[in-house]
Amino acid sequence: MNASATRTAPTVPLDELPADLGPDAAVLVLEDGRTSVGRAYGARGTTVGEIVFNTGMTGYQETLTDPSYHRQIVVMTAPHIGNTGVNDEDPESGRIWVSGYVVRDPARRYSSWRADRSLDEELAAQGVVGISDVDTRALTRHLRELGVMRAAIFSGEDLVRGGRVRPVADLVEEVRSAPAMEGAALAAEVSVTEAYTIEPLGEHAGQEPVATVVAVDLGIKSMTPYRMAERGMRVHVVPATTDIATIESLQPDGVFFSNGPGDPGAATTEVELLRAVLDRKIPYFGICYGNQIFGRALGYGTYKLAYGHRGINQPVMDRTTGKVEVTAHNHGFAVDAPLDGESTAPYDDGRYGRVRVSHIGLNDQVVEGLEALDLPAFSVQYHPEAAAGPHDAAYLFDRFLDLMNQSTTEQEA
Amino acid sequence: MPRRTDIKSVLVIGSGPIVIGQACEFDYSGTQACRVLKEEGLRVVLVNSNPATIMTDPEFADATYVEPITTDVLTTIIAKERPDALLPTLGGQTALNAAIALHDAGVLEKYDVELIGANIPAIQKGEDREQFKGVVEKCGGESARSEIIHTITEAIAAAETLGYPMVVRPSFTMGGLGSGIAYDEDDLRRIVGQGLHYSPTTEVLLEESILGWKEYELELMRDKHDNVVVVCSIENVDPVGVHTGDSITVAPALTLTDREYQKLRDISIAVIREVGVDTGGCNIQFAVDPATGRVIVIEMNPRVSRSSALASKATGFPIAKIAAKLAVGYTLDEIPNDITKVTPASFEPTLDYVVVKVPRFAFEKFPAADPTLTTTMKSVGEAMALGRSFTEALGKAMRSIDKSGSVFHWDGEPVSGADLDALLEEIARPTEGRIIGVQQALRAGATVEQVFDATKIDPWFLDQLQLINEVAAAVADAPALTRDVLAQAKRHGLSDAQVARLRRLGPAGEATVREVRYALGVRPVYKTVDTCAAEFAARTPYHYSSYDEETEVAPREREAVLILGSGPNRIGQGIEFDYSCVHATLALADKYETVMVNCNPETVSTDYDTSDRLYFEPLTFEDVLEVYQAELAAGPVKGIIVQLGGQTPLSLAQKLADAGLPILGTSPEAIDAAEDRGLFGQVLADAGLPAPAFGTARSLDRAREVAESIGYPVLVRPSYVLGGRGMEIVYSAEQLTGYVERALAAADEQAAGSLPAPLLIDRFLDDAMEIDVDALYDGTEMFLGGVMEHIEEAGIHSGDSACVLPPVSLSVTELERIRRSTEAIAKGVGVRGLLNVQYALVSDVLYVLEANPRASRTVPFVSKATGVPLAKAAARVMAGETIADLHAEGVLPSDRDGATIDLTDPIAVKEAVLPFKRFRTAEGVAVDTVLGPEMRSTGEVMGFDADFPTAFAKSQSAAFGGLPESGRVFVSVADRDKRSVVLPIKRLTELGFEVLATEGTAVVLRRSGIPATVVRKYSEGHGADGEPTIVDLITEGEVDMVVNTPNGQGARADGYEIRAATTAADKPIVTTVQQLSAAVQGIEAQLAGPFAVGSLQEHLAERTARRAGATA
Repeated sequence: MNASATRTAPTVPLDELPADLGPDAAVLVLEDGRTSVGRAYGARGTTVGEIVFNTGMTGYQETLTDPSYHRQIVVMTAPHIGNTGVNDEDPESGRIWVSGYVVRDPARRYSSWRADRSLDEELAAQGVVGISDVDTRALTRHLRELGVMRAAIFSGEDLVRGGRVRPVADLVEEVRSAPAMEGAALAAEVSVTEAYTIEPLGEHAGQEPVATVVAVDLGIKSMTPYRMAERGMRVHVVPATTDIATIESLQPDGVFFSNGPGDPGAATTEVELLRAVLDRKIPYFGICYGNQIFGRALGYGTYKLAYGHRGINQPVMDRTTGKVEVTAHNHGFAVDAPLDGESTAPYDDGRYGRVRVSHIGLNDQVVEGLEALDLPAFSVQYHPEAAAGPHDAAYLFDRFLDLMNQSTTEQEA
Repeated sequence: MPRRTDIKSVLVIGSGPIVIGQACEFDYSGTQACRVLKEEGLRVVLVNSNPATIMTDPEFADATYVEPITTDVLTTIIAKERPDALLPTLGGQTALNAAIALHDAGVLEKYDVELIGANIPAIQKGEDREQFKGVVEKCGGESARSEIIHTITEAIAAAETLGYPMVVRPSFTMGGLGSGIAYDEDDLRRIVGQGLHYSPTTEVLLEESILGWKEYELELMRDKHDNVVVVCSIENVDPVGVHTGDSITVAPALTLTDREYQKLRDISIAVIREVGVDTGGCNIQFAVDPATGRVIVIEMNPRVSRSSALASKATGFPIAKIAAKLAVGYTLDEIPNDITKVTPASFEPTLDYVVVKVPRFAFEKFPAADPTLTTTMKSVGEAMALGRSFTEALGKAMRSIDKSGSVFHWDGEPVSGADLDALLEEIARPTEGRIIGVQQALRAGATVEQVFDATKIDPWFLDQLQLINEVAAAVADAPALTRDVLAQAKRHGLSDAQVARLRRLGPAGEATVREVRYALGVRPVYKTVDTCAAEFAARTPYHYSSYDEETEVAPREREAVLILGSGPNRIGQGIEFDYSCVHATLALADKYETVMVNCNPETVSTDYDTSDRLYFEPLTFEDVLEVYQAELAAGPVKGIIVQLGGQTPLSLAQKLADAGLPILGTSPEAIDAAEDRGLFGQVLADAGLPAPAFGTARSLDRAREVAESIGYPVLVRPSYVLGGRGMEIVYSAEQLTGYVERALAAADEQAAGSLPAPLLIDRFLDDAMEIDVDALYDGTEMFLGGVMEHIEEAGIHSGDSACVLPPVSLSVTELERIRRSTEAIAKGVGVRGLLNVQYALVSDVLYVLEANPRASRTVPFVSKATGVPLAKAAARVMAGETIADLHAEGVLPSDRDGATIDLTDPIAVKEAVLPFKRFRTAEGVAVDTVLGPEMRSTGEVMGFDADFPTAFAKSQSAAFGGLPESGRVFVSVADRDKRSVVLPIKRLTELGFEVLATEGTAVVLRRSGIPATVVRKYSEGHGADGEPTIVDLITEGEVDMVVNTPNGQGARADGYEIRAATTAADKPIVTTVQQLSAAVQGIEAQLAGPFAVGSLQEHLAERTARRAGATA
């Protein structure tokens, strides 16, 4: 396993930019000194974040509004972005979370019967600084080889100082002074501050809930509670800062920890909260960040992947059935647990009993799911709620429901 | 779970001859399958009647049967080979239908052959319209409202509820054969009538019109553990109403949100499960209402299809190869992704580029055919291009089509006013050139909304065309060609030639633009197709160009040889040339790094593991030059092979040589010596070889002069063409005037009154026997590959004529003369590599008709028939080896060549397959089927047996379903043929046939004692008591074979109705006396009993044993 990658000195020589790039130019600068000149897209200004690439060919609107991308500059490998415009149905949260957006060919005109406005307008309206017309494939190869790193996009007046384009060294310095993703605790920045409840939907609408779930919002995507609600669950979405007493007061059949941004290594309070849940034998399901927190609660380590998994084509094997599912991923960190067979969770001398890796990424053998064998708890690193992405893993919400039902039956028995 | 151990041998069925709707994509898929199965250690038994395929090369299977794909023949092969399993999903609809027929006949059960990769219920659920509708409903999808009908009366009743326009789709036909759109009852009667005929189950589906909806296709794979992946999504730029094979298509889908795309994906997966495709691929087509998003499932193919080939090339995910592995028991996660090596095949490729496919049509070959595009596929080939944007890929794909008028232009003033209205009306009807009409309308100021209303092409695509127009305007208006202006133009797919025209730079403009571009450093980079958008490193150098920033061409040590492919399939230039290119790469791989350049997604040559490096690029001077430069920067380059890919690369030879590229083999000067009539005439004169009197002309006056001096009839054609494009037998000065005027009109407007290349005018030799020769020459020694005797007389294009090898009626002296003449030409022209010569033998004089210093269409046929790898030998000669070396190594036999007469050698007959039944006139009647000097066949088959009659009968069976063994023959021949048909017709009556004839022919036959029933001519109309005409009889299926030799001159049109009706009724038609004689012999052979079969490997072993015996 690679340990957390520490960035080394710049590998790219700093070439000066032309003095004048014109009013519509934007410059992308990486921590290692690599620069790309393109055109400003969306808002003008400066943005700094961790630069990552996403390989999905559809679903840019879902990606942009996924809170897990908080403080990240996202490079889209699909060359045409914005073709279907922006609508009010597809966002995964109330705003765009990416800190910057890098694309090759933004649409000049959108075409979709559901579109309300263009992506360019939306980015500008939400103040998202982007850049277009850069070789996104070259950039992706760079990140694949060297790992993700900090970067910034500069455009408009921020790119110019004293009537000329700022020196590259100056731009790089600004990038390097930004905080790194390692050690960043970001859940509180993206979580709701007030709890809200989603009642059963679809064919279950208006009926008694089949189960009550407390979903801890660490950056939750709106599709997640929706997937539960359409299965008849009542979902209380609560802030990341919620304590165990509040959770218990909601009398949940199960507790859910969502996806979210940041380094799981820094998620101390979330880990403690989850341990409290596990100690009470409340059925647990976690997605993404919720998987990493589960891993840490069990006493396993987490580590940063060189360039992460971000896309909607990732093969994962469900070891329970031996079947492969094509899944949506968005994670830069992963759990370090023994891949084969059962192991005893290290935390507190095996307090949580035996655990096995239930799902595995077939591209690189990364842990994609954990299952406790002596507790009603499991989690996956990827996104069964999809949005964007294939629906192959939707069965996990059924598994969660089964787990809650089983647990209820056992308690009654 | 590894592969099944209970299967030891597998029968693979190919797709037979290339026809419209089923082309060389199935050679690609079949070749991949055979390779995989052999690698798995299985015994592979292959049946395919098409000799021009790579898959039928003896090394790709353990037993290769170049035999007709009929139930009888397949049964004989199964009885002989006793395979454990039959894999029917990689040979198109032909193989699938053959497997169903074997199942229905109980053959599979009798011989205990398991069907793998498909099962009968799944095939039926997928292909039977009614069952499929049920499947879709069960999967939560929606089908178009529809009714299944079995008679015309039912169809008319159905129209009451469905309303017009209505889509008509016959069940179980390929390439949409027989389908169409009915706008009124007349249309309905006509299309349903044909559809009922073509459907093997006499079943037609009528459905509500979804014309103008967005159209999508998804390619899926499923393994036995029920793992399903979507390999590729394809979006049709032309909306519903145009067959997907005739549409411009794009991958991936570009105008769907994730929600809509996932809905299609969910339905697709549910459908593949419900249908029960257990192991293998399928494709599912959808229509999406652009106004509401309502989704309709159109159809599925439960097998590898043309779209699968496209999807494989578009994504780098080898569908056929994986399908073969799944069929023998592997699961997707057990199969590695070839491109990354480290990740499994159980994923969905993601693209960081755009793929555009553009179809290539051949309407110029069928002037009477209605060029409107419908749900029946009419294109004969396709080109694919990749770019980092839609505009870039589209521009590259359009210039890959290699046909004048196939790219965007900005010539002249844009249309305006009423002309624009007319243009908008014109583009509402889908045709071959519609995309250019659309671009012109936008250029003329039509709004995207107006063009959308006319065409229903998605506004996003229209805006991209608008963008191209804006970039072009910027190029035209810029004060100078700056770096920015050029970079934008290139980024959006404009060629140097297009830029030059926009800048009005004149004939040398392309070179000027290139020089400026080089000076400004605007150069393409080469990206890699890697299935994963760069997430993992690619191990296969499958490249495409883009005007972007970073190139990925790796440096290399070994010397490279570039091989230019043949581009999109077209009539006259098809799979045969791909065969030669693939052989070259196989032959040279030991010593050189082989680099393939081609743009045809259907081929084996564009498989990423055929050559060391693959550049999926247009075959234009600009694109080839850039590839060369990129490879030269990567390492040493030995040279470039231009003579194997047909006329497309050959026509680039001189320009490439002028640009300093080393041409391997025959030099451009020598190529010119063969093409240029004056130079070639000198070569012949020096060697003392006779040629028909000829002349050349660039103007009408000169053409008439030449024709007068030679004497009519004359054969007229443009120089530098393949497949007899524009070739015509001209009988009079009027006809000549018409011809030249058409040629002038089609030529570049810059050369008013004079043609850019001369017309060739030859004396037309009546009643000649035509002979085709393929030979190899190294500068000192010749190897005569094969001598083919045509069955039809000279005047019918060699590509459309049946031929036999070894020649059955040539004497040893004549063969010796052919050998000497061929050698003299090879030497005189200066050939290094392959040479094809066409001769005409008239009254003991051997005329040289033409010589082509390149691989010919017949190279694969000759190689299959003689067992000598001509193309491989040619590649090595081009790279510098001698024929003596190849003899010494045993690559070429030392004891015999194509002129050796060995009476124990088997006889091979090549028969052409013609696409006439695909084409209808605007009135809906079949086009004329008479053969002429212009090639119109799409493919060929080989009949292989001990004697000519059986080999001929096999060829007919493979090409058309066979000669009749009993029934009625209708005879109507030209006066000059009346004497010659007596004997063969008499023989037919002895064999039990009843003879029908028109008055004139009947008189001659009766006088010779042949009972012939007189039937009414078409022109006579029905008799007083409603007696039918011959056309009625043919249409009603009362006639089993038609013999109709047309009169010369204008009178050729006389028998048109007869021939059209015969084509429509799908009965054999004989249009020459020579064909008749062959047909009678073939019928006799058929009546003698079922065909015996022999594999190529057996033939080869027998031959080797015989020679060994002879020398011992």
